[in-house]
Amino acid sequence: MDKNEKKVGYMTSMSKPGKGCAGDTGEWRVFKPVKDEEKCNHCLLCWIFCPEATITKDIEIDYQYCKGCGICAVECPTGAITMVKEEKQ
Amino acid sequence: MVSFKSLPEEELFLAGSTACQGCPASLALRIAFKALGSNTILLVVASCTSVLQGSYPHSAINLPLMNAAFATGGATASGVVAGIKALVKRGELEEEPTVLMWAGDGGTYDIGIQALSGAAERETDFIYVCYNNEMYSNTGTQRSGATPIGAWTTTTPGGKVQHRKDIAQIMIAHRIPYVATASLAYPLDFYQKMLKAREIRGTKYIELLAPCPPGWKFPSSKMIEVSRMAVQCGMWLLYEHEDGENRFTGATKRMIEGKVKKKPVVDYLEVQGRFKQVLASPEGKEAERMLEEDVSESIRRLHGWVPEYI
Repeated sequence: MDKNEKKVGYMTSMSKPGKGCAGDTGEWRVFKPVKDEEKCNHCLLCWIFCPEATITKDIEIDYQYCKGCGICAVECPTGAITMVKEEKQ
Repeated sequence: MVSFKSLPEEELFLAGSTACQGCPASLALRIAFKALGSNTILLVVASCTSVLQGSYPHSAINLPLMNAAFATGGATASGVVAGIKALVKRGELEEEPTVLMWAGDGGTYDIGIQALSGAAERETDFIYVCYNNEMYSNTGTQRSGATPIGAWTTTTPGGKVQHRKDIAQIMIAHRIPYVATASLAYPLDFYQKMLKAREIRGTKYIELLAPCPPGWKFPSSKMIEVSRMAVQCGMWLLYEHEDGENRFTGATKRMIEGKVKKKPVVDYLEVQGRFKQVLASPEGKEAERMLEEDVSESIRRLHGWVPEYI
């Protein structure tokens, strides 16, 4: 190899997929969904209707990215999810 | 029978995107990806989806994705499909990926219609999904060809006076193998339609009503509720067109068969801020009547006649 010749790696302008491309979107939230374990009957409606994919199939809410839109609380047939106001930090 | 339990758990739309709270487009993408799986190429024309996928160098969509100019939806898909065909012919690609074209109503009804029409005429093998939020939400809620009568937008401050286009009928006129409409309030219906579209060869067109909370002026928590009301009042009809026949599905089928009573359009209008002005004006009743007539007219076109209980 010529000494002026540098080994250049593979370069691309493509974006990389990953969680949180807009940062911790949980900071946008004003109201926080809180799940009542006793009332939940695992109907999975909140899981399928979550626009942000922050509720897992085991009904666990990812507060790091949940934007607090409140769809889960409105759609929950048993009223197991309530929206609670976030406390100031 | 598909149930929520049988839906795949894998998320190809990743959390923490730049979408607004309660965005219908991100929910639609999530469900579409669940149906199509990871062997999919997503093509996006200029729309909110170009924004909500995140800014460089991050992406919220865990799929190969290409952004295209506003008017080039069908043309881009044609190019990608031709490229895939060439790779398969050369033996460099074993499994053909599904090509999913994702466009808003501006990129379908107004700006992208000629490219879409061309691609449909060439019988390009791809799925075209139009998520219709009835206005140009990304650029600040201007009127589009999909805006219904009476709706406020920044360019129709007193409410739109013209009828909306029926693009699904335009696509049916292209004699493509599959045309369907879907709603986010009925995710399994949408999921099944996407599964069906994946199996069919040729151009498939699916249109989805996407109520935009900031554009339509309602709280983000009511996004699903408003989608459901649109179907229940007949402003959005769920149907699929296959083998030259229209078939109503889900909630619309129950409504046409008379099992469920059709709700008045005014209930749907009252929850949205964009109809507030026209309902309060002296022409409010007239606008309401025109929209009710619109519903009957769309049913008549699809069904041939309107049942008297509607």
